[in-house]
Amino acid sequence: MLITISQLIIGSIDLIAAFLLMFGLWRMASPVTAPSGIMVAGVGMLAAVVASFLYIFTVDAAAKPHLPLNIGLAAAALIIGAGVAWWSGRKVAITAMPQAVALFNGMGGGAAGAIAAVELFGSQTHGATALIVTLLGALIGSISLSGSIVAWAKLDALLKKPLNVPGLQIFNGLVLLACLLVGAYIVFAAVGGAAPLVTMPHLIEIFFGIALVYGILMTLPIGGADMPVVISVYNAFTGLAVGLEGFVLQNPALMIAGMLVGAAGLLLTLLMARAMNRSVAKILFASFGPGKKRKQGAIKGSLKPVQASDAGIVMRYAKSVIIVPGYGLAVSQGQGKLYDFVKLLQAAGVSVKFAIHPVAGRMPGQMDVLLAEAGVPYDLIVQLADVNEEFKDADVALVIGANDVVNPEARTDKTSPIYGMPILNADQAKKCYVVKRGDGKGYAGIVNPLFYADDTFMVYGDAAAVCVSMTEAVRGLGAPAAAA
Amino acid sequence: MSFQIGIGGFIAVYIFMVTAFAGWVIIGRVPAILHTPLMSGSNFVHGIVVVGGIFTLLNASTPLEQAIGFVAVLLGAGNVAGGFAVTQRMLAMFQTSAHPAKHAKHAKHAAHAAVKSISPKKG
Repeated sequence: MLITISQLIIGSIDLIAAFLLMFGLWRMASPVTAPSGIMVAGVGMLAAVVASFLYIFTVDAAAKPHLPLNIGLAAAALIIGAGVAWWSGRKVAITAMPQAVALFNGMGGGAAGAIAAVELFGSQTHGATALIVTLLGALIGSISLSGSIVAWAKLDALLKKPLNVPGLQIFNGLVLLACLLVGAYIVFAAVGGAAPLVTMPHLIEIFFGIALVYGILMTLPIGGADMPVVISVYNAFTGLAVGLEGFVLQNPALMIAGMLVGAAGLLLTLLMARAMNRSVAKILFASFGPGKKRKQGAIKGSLKPVQASDAGIVMRYAKSVIIVPGYGLAVSQGQGKLYDFVKLLQAAGVSVKFAIHPVAGRMPGQMDVLLAEAGVPYDLIVQLADVNEEFKDADVALVIGANDVVNPEARTDKTSPIYGMPILNADQAKKCYVVKRGDGKGYAGIVNPLFYADDTFMVYGDAAAVCVSMTEAVRGLGAPAAAA
Repeated sequence: MSFQIGIGGFIAVYIFMVTAFAGWVIIGRVPAILHTPLMSGSNFVHGIVVVGGIFTLLNASTPLEQAIGFVAVLLGAGNVAGGFAVTQRMLAMFQTSAHPAKHAKHAKHAAHAAVKSISPKKG
């Protein structure tokens, strides 16, 4: 009776939780409803976690004697894991958001992998289907765990350079193949009756080992600017792994939530790849950059450095300014100072907009969050497709810490590695100021002809420092700004 | 009467198919400006794996299973709590010119915004 009632309660609450999670994501369609959306999803999640303790009434006979200890362990793990993650999630800087998401995502993958490990080591899976699904979930979850950790290390600048060893991709392919072969052998041996699962703990260990190594090897060659795609791929992976383990555990809430995220991650991945005009396969399996030497056509013109204060004053007397922020702004943490400057311009009657490229930053939408943190209202933030026509009417385009996303070569030069990538038309503005730390090339390792154009002026310096100088220069003009 | 949930192979495939489609439709509506919170929000959603972790740990009967189950719950709980914390924090920051920030930390920005922050008409 107790078993029936607890099954009924768990089933109903999980059903409601699955609905709330979907509904929460549904409400993310607009910045107005999104904050309540995450709350709705949070309520669903909390209910599901609390209800899961009703499983104590349905445990296997073998686990009955261990129940008090297991309950204690579960409570301890929940409190420690949630406590530490909550604390660090509250503390982490907004500029470090991509790292944080990568890390939390890896944890989910690791959890799915660990569930699979318990099923496998405890020989709790029966039948070919369940075993294959468990192993698949274990593989994907493990790749997501170790891959996300490498992605985190790259984003946190612990790992600086992408690993570029010739033949690495072939080697990686062989590693994956080896993992699949071990998995296939486990299935055949266990299902064929040659060797029950309990007799092969070492094979299972090897399987997990290779899967984890593959996740590391797969992520190492991928460069920092491709991280938006990588994070989103691993997000999809973890979702998929959770969905698969949900099937093994016969828990539809896990299946639904997992698959939902799997589809979401896939969609975001494709959007990112399209924004870079590269295929997902190319991003993941072919590192680009200094590998191939390419003759770049001679560039006309010269770099024309100007003082930050002069640039600031020109913008003060412009009618319209479009700002193109890039990763450099995030690195210098200059978003707040930039918005201080923008407020001065607005007070003087200048129309200001922020133009966001889909792959600006290290995570899809990172620039939007960065500007939101500084307090920029989101109606001033415009996406590529909506803003590109406006550059030709703008007096000034201010490019801060962005490079490849405004490289006009992408439109014209078929031999360019970024040819075909949609770019922001900063070059069409009447004047263009580029804030940069030095003469360095962008991530793609190509010279940007925009910087040499007649109407382009370079402002050298750290983005935050430049914003401060510009603000001071405009304040120095006095009256009109102060009056507003 | 039993409420034991049993999902056979093909039913599972149907569930996956319908959910994947629903996910595609739901996520397709989200504007690019919210892609980071969306990603961390979906990251939070797959944190439901912690429920599976708790189930597994409660049913553990050997020290090895208990240890791995403990890790599963630990990681899953981290996924849920961390994912929620960062998503909620980010979403609280988004504001229009009309509605100043609700986020306490940004009260001073909101005060500035209130002075003059209505997007000027195209010049």
